[in-house]
Amino acid sequence: MAKLAVENRIWDPAETLPRDALRALQGRRLAETVARAAKVPFYRDALARAGVDPAGVRSVDDVRRLPFTVKDDLRENYPLGLLAVPRAEIVRVHGSSGTTGKPTFVAYTRNDLDVWSGLVARFLVAGGLRPEHLVHVAFGYGLFTGGFGLHYGIEKVGAGVVPAAGGNTPRQVLLIRDLGAEVLVCTPSYALHIAEVAKAEGFLPGTLPLRFGHFGGEPWTEEMRVEIERGLGILAFNNYGLSEVIGPGVSGECGARAGMHVQEDHFVVECVHPETLEPVPDGGTGELVFTTLTKEALPVLRYRTRDLASLDRSPCPCGRTGVRMSRVVGRSDDMLIIRGVNVFPSQVEEALLRVEGTAPHYLIEISRPGTLDEAVVKVEVRPGDFRDEMREMIELRDRIDREIHAVTGVRMTVELVAPNTLERSAGKARRVFDHRNR
Amino acid sequence: MMIRQLSLFLENRSGQLRVPCKVLGDAGIDILTMSLADTQQFGILRLIVKDWEKARKALEAAGIVVNVTDVLAVDVPDRPGGLASVLESFEKAGLGIEYMYALAAARERGQYATLVFRLGDPERAARLLRDAGVKLLSSEELFARAGA
Repeated sequence: MAKLAVENRIWDPAETLPRDALRALQGRRLAETVARAAKVPFYRDALARAGVDPAGVRSVDDVRRLPFTVKDDLRENYPLGLLAVPRAEIVRVHGSSGTTGKPTFVAYTRNDLDVWSGLVARFLVAGGLRPEHLVHVAFGYGLFTGGFGLHYGIEKVGAGVVPAAGGNTPRQVLLIRDLGAEVLVCTPSYALHIAEVAKAEGFLPGTLPLRFGHFGGEPWTEEMRVEIERGLGILAFNNYGLSEVIGPGVSGECGARAGMHVQEDHFVVECVHPETLEPVPDGGTGELVFTTLTKEALPVLRYRTRDLASLDRSPCPCGRTGVRMSRVVGRSDDMLIIRGVNVFPSQVEEALLRVEGTAPHYLIEISRPGTLDEAVVKVEVRPGDFRDEMREMIELRDRIDREIHAVTGVRMTVELVAPNTLERSAGKARRVFDHRNR
Repeated sequence: MMIRQLSLFLENRSGQLRVPCKVLGDAGIDILTMSLADTQQFGILRLIVKDWEKARKALEAAGIVVNVTDVLAVDVPDRPGGLASVLESFEKAGLGIEYMYALAAARERGQYATLVFRLGDPERAARLLRDAGVKLLSSEELFARAGA
């Protein structure tokens, strides 16, 4: 069995519930959740279409009879059409990083916030956080669930928060040094950036007071973990969550760092084939689907995350009984996360359409040469778009550049290339070449 | 008075210039002159050839993007200040120059040198320049002079 990287401390005894007791609890809570969701017209109709009588839901296995929920369902019920409590009971609203059109909002009752901060406290404590620590939070504060989610979890543990938020990295390094924060919270790519800046400012790895880091908000790799740990002289832990389900705290690593324990007393997790939606056997990669068990304001039934990962039900040396999910290894849709912003290739196509009327052949290459993502869009020049004058060609490129930024919210480098030079595939055109984490 | 110029889109990477030259060579087409405008990322190669239609077909068949542009071939006295005096006529006629390059093959030392100009409205520019006494070459004159 794997050795634990930190002293094992359990925040909530529920984390170690024996499996049969956990299943019984999940069954009871699932029945309550479905009853609560059935008060929402959208879910009432969806349940009726699926032929599910809410009163018939008794066991956690009944989850497989429930209808799926997807991101578009949230969009179509903008802003808060899926609310299962009176509006007056909302104490917080967050939103997902919608870059075009409508963002999606999620809401929390007082009890939801209490549950959420408890879930965050669980993974923080599992990964070394103690009440005497000071935590530097370099997540954005705002609609994004990362900043406030972690903030309240840290306070729940009784540790101190430095709500540094994003930006001005050299200043962040000084704050860490001067205030003596032992724990860093941010995205893994920002942690790498902090490590680089710290090095440039003359701090050798390990000379900052940091000892632990809790990173999430974007997919990352074991190689990045090694790099972050070396660069900052810390132990790095992974956590996972998404606003539609609750935010960070859906799962997190323990000292074994061999997968993230799903907080199964609050969420039912399934791993399904993204096309057939049939269950994927343990260990196989599939799309993760979550059903909330305790959320009041916005219960979700079988929410399709589009995140690809696998599940591991083998016992963990830490004693937690929650199933462990692997790192997110990909997406079942084509969404890309570039510098923390969700981008779909179709948005790039939309930008090209705006400039040229019809979209030429293009592809997107993403890499991470240093610590930050770089996206290059290669666009084939069509005979009709080619002009003899250099300034017109540069203007064409700049127009594409501006439109892509306007549509996606991300700056990409636009390269004009000769026609028929970009790879074509027989079937569905492969538009994206992601060289990160490979 | 219009000279047909072929403009080619080239990526700025190794081998990109050789391809069109090879295509023209294989088609038996002689390049009279060329000029290359480049940025870090891509370039525009401008060519003058006698049989521009054949050249265009060969290039397009090879998958190269070609644009045909009208340019003017202007005789400039081959003496110090010769170009300045011609440019003065351009200025007086209110003509803006998009770009220009020298036509190396058509120079008679001490007599004249021929330059290629791309102007905003070539038809109007040709008229104004002729009125100002600037010597413009027809394609026949140009190719005859270049021995093509």
